[in-house]
Amino acid sequence: MKYLKQFFLIIVISFFGELLHWVIPLPIPASIYGIILLFTALVTGLVPLAAVKETGKFLVEIMPVMFIPAAVGLVDSWPLLRESWLPYLLVTFVTTVAVMGVTGLVTQAVIRAGKEKHHD
Amino acid sequence: MIDDFFSEAVYLGVFISLGSYFLGMYIKKRLKLAIFNPLLLAIVFTIVFLLAARMPYAVYYQGAKYISYLLTPATVCLAIPLYEQIEPLKGNLKAIAAGIFTGVLTSLACVLLLALLFGFDHQEYVTLLPKSITTAIGMGVSEELGGHVAVTVAVIIITGIMGNMLAEPVCRLFRITEPVAKGIAIGSASHAIGTTKAMEMGQLEGAMSSLSIALSGILTVFAAMLFSRFL
Repeated sequence: MKYLKQFFLIIVISFFGELLHWVIPLPIPASIYGIILLFTALVTGLVPLAAVKETGKFLVEIMPVMFIPAAVGLVDSWPLLRESWLPYLLVTFVTTVAVMGVTGLVTQAVIRAGKEKHHD
Repeated sequence: MIDDFFSEAVYLGVFISLGSYFLGMYIKKRLKLAIFNPLLLAIVFTIVFLLAARMPYAVYYQGAKYISYLLTPATVCLAIPLYEQIEPLKGNLKAIAAGIFTGVLTSLACVLLLALLFGFDHQEYVTLLPKSITTAIGMGVSEELGGHVAVTVAVIIITGIMGNMLAEPVCRLFRITEPVAKGIAIGSASHAIGTTKAMEMGQLEGAMSSLSIALSGILTVFAAMLFSRFL
């Protein structure tokens, strides 16, 4: 029953995420509301970690394969991309590297500045 | 004959997808190169299979949609590693906020600059604006701003795969060694698909990357409205 109960809880939270998405007029998906709900429930102790742990970890572990069907859908959107695929690919590449680099460096700089202050 | 069977077989889509993923994992293990990313290989193999078998995407998706169905509950469960790493989260609030904020601005500014450079029109520009954030939020933003939603989805997925492949080399190149900084960088640049790579790197990296998906996604909803006026 342990796994079934855990799965049930996760589905309930996903459903409440859908409900919030339906009520709040913002383009924020059910899954994001769901993360906030589950995180809040865990922090407040409303849901103990043991009530979702194993099934949750299983779902997170198999998550990469869940992106395959949508990505394979690129074959169907190819006609839309054909004309300008090269500039789009360049924008994607440059932006991805820039965002990753800048974000990482800024986060790291603030962490290290905090650590140095600590040592003083 | 065989086409009739294919269109009735519900497990075929999942079988092909998982089989391609394991083949990708095997190749990655054999040839240790970043370009041989299991997810990218799985996508390529599945596409090659569909083309070779002359199977329409709709037939494949009939079965494959059941793995996509689990995406929302799985994303919800990203709260679990995040909760387990609550101490480093509390200890680095300022750094995390600063990183995510600059990440969102960098993404939008980068798209703006390149759009000007390539001479994109307004629709092409807003189609690309939400490219770094998670698909479901990005679709909504693109729709709201008058972008081409199907293209936005394609670009978001490509961004994710690139982020997944580039995470390790980019962190090495920019000498990003703090696990918290790595996670925030990967999640901000390449949402959930990148996060699966952050999870492989470590619990802390994965948790921070999950946090970035939610925060940078929500922040982009508002920041993109502002940026959409610039072109």
